Amino acid sequence: MLTYTIRRLLTAIPTLIFISLIIFLLLDMAPGDPTAQLPLTIPPEVREQIRQSLGLGEPVHIRYLLWLKQMVWSEPVYYLSQSVDWISAPDEARLISWQTRAPVMDTILERLPQTLMVVGLAYVVGVLIALPIGIISAYKQYSVFDQAGTFVSMIGFSIPPFFSGVLMIILFTVMMPNDSFWWFPSIYDTTLVIDSWENFGKQVRQMVLPVMVLALQTTAQISRFMRASMLDNLNQDYVRTARAKGMTESVVVMKHVLRNSMIPVVTVIALGIPAIFGGAIITEQIFKVNGIGQLLIVSIQASDVPMVQTLTFIFAILIVFFNLIADILYGILDPRIRYD
Amino acid sequence: MTDTSPAPGAAPSIDARDDAVARNQWWDVWDQFKTHKGAVMGACFFIFIVLAVYVGPWIWSIDPTYIDVRARNQGPTWAHPFGTDQLGRDMLARMMAGGQTSISVGLTAMGLALFLGTLVGVLAGYFKRIDGILMRLTDLFLALPLLPLLLVMVMLFRQPLSASFGPETGIFILIVIAIGITSWMPTARIVRGDVLALKEREFVLAARSIGTRPGKMILRHVLPNVMSPIMVSATLGIATAIITESALSFLGLGFPPDFPTWGRLLFDATDFMQQHPQRVMWPGLAISLTVLSVNYMGDGLRDALDPRIRGL
Repeated sequence: MLTYTIRRLLTAIPTLIFISLIIFLLLDMAPGDPTAQLPLTIPPEVREQIRQSLGLGEPVHIRYLLWLKQMVWSEPVYYLSQSVDWISAPDEARLISWQTRAPVMDTILERLPQTLMVVGLAYVVGVLIALPIGIISAYKQYSVFDQAGTFVSMIGFSIPPFFSGVLMIILFTVMMPNDSFWWFPSIYDTTLVIDSWENFGKQVRQMVLPVMVLALQTTAQISRFMRASMLDNLNQDYVRTARAKGMTESVVVMKHVLRNSMIPVVTVIALGIPAIFGGAIITEQIFKVNGIGQLLIVSIQASDVPMVQTLTFIFAILIVFFNLIADILYGILDPRIRYD
Repeated sequence: MTDTSPAPGAAPSIDARDDAVARNQWWDVWDQFKTHKGAVMGACFFIFIVLAVYVGPWIWSIDPTYIDVRARNQGPTWAHPFGTDQLGRDMLARMMAGGQTSISVGLTAMGLALFLGTLVGVLAGYFKRIDGILMRLTDLFLALPLLPLLLVMVMLFRQPLSASFGPETGIFILIVIAIGITSWMPTARIVRGDVLALKEREFVLAARSIGTRPGKMILRHVLPNVMSPIMVSATLGIATAIITESALSFLGLGFPPDFPTWGRLLFDATDFMQQHPQRVMWPGLAISLTVLSVNYMGDGLRDALDPRIRGL
């Protein structure tokens, strides 16, 4: 298992390098010029100097290697040197956004908590709803509950987040009377500081709608998987043996069947985490959460190449990392799987 | 989903079995497909939508770009069944025009993704030498963050393509290609798996022993036998392509504002959500119902094409 993990880690590195190359080259073709927004009175030679100072004078491969070095070495070392005093800060300049002239990573780290709070909570809620639905659907196959569950998850698959989000806003913000308990704000207020129970309540209320939208998607997928996996196991011989030994139904289902059917579901849950970050791009846009998805859209519209490169690369890292986690989890959970 | 228990009416009766020799296998598929109620309803609805958006404009002949400012922001009336937008354009006509674009993008992008996926899948499954490198490529594409890259591609190539093909055709080509080259991977994997299994079958061995060349072998013997997974991924591909196009338009990075698609109409309507919530409903419902019907169709098709279920 350990050798497999190490081998898998080592193959992840060329994958990431290749993806970073694709991202870098694709964005390198961007027509946007960082000096285009500056006043026209700036003479051309000064303009050229500004471009040089942003590191645009070098050939492509040098810029790529410099960017890669900054991404994987300078920036982590910088943050280490901030927290531990025996490491000194690297001498290179940090990766600067063309739009805000602030270090890219600082901006991203400012935005990350909002995304994690909304997306993370939505995923947890979605999984927690999906698992019981999947279990009951499988145990009572073809029952009314199962049919309803199938239908709801089909709807969850088919309604894209940009419509379900808008629908929620219409239902709970526009149509609902303002003083009702069921009225929820449609705009996420990031400046809210949680220092009292009242503000905590406000925070919970403003997270309800985005979390519901994202959780609907998660629930639809995971509950289908859980149901299929439970059905596979319910007809196995070991279940009949357990029943024949006189075990109660709850022990059979919740201990024997559930544990075995969780194996593929856990990997699916791990694989779904990066996808939900992608889906959050749209949800953040609808509910005006200023997380990293919204940052990506703003940077794309402003042709802020370093910011887009870094964000896209972070998304790629998430995907590769959770693929790795899923593979390793599968090996740990299921002793029948032997990779070597 | 195999929820619907196979209806006994689907199985050919005893006397129908006699002329089974002359019977094409697609009739069996059709018989099984008919027993899946959701799939039949989905197929009917999809045909209805396609007819409505392509034939509808011949009947409802209001120009979707005709501006009538005095009739702006109207609710549903007999003159404008879906109401009018903030410039007084007829929403029904705009929905039809938008549907044409959305469904055309969906079908074309699906076709492209299917072509690429089948090509890669068949080549990887059939030729052992390039299997490793093609599958590594597929894995790489699966690890790419697709939505951010799609957004970036649209931003990058919008100007040059608009300049050379005109704004509408340029964006159409761009979005179709962008969706096509980012959604072929699942098809490639499924097709490769099926081709690998087919290669071990006797009829392939027989064909090879009489000296069939690889090209003929793929076209005559392999491709017809992997049609079922391809057809299932085709239906699912339409759904993903329509959703992706709408998402791009919704983020303001798809088609230009004067060229409606369902996603764009939804995006434009969200600004007037407070005053005119019904305007959001039409494009949203159209997207969701189309995708739902296509998904049900794919479900029924998967069951119908599965010979283990069909025989029952």
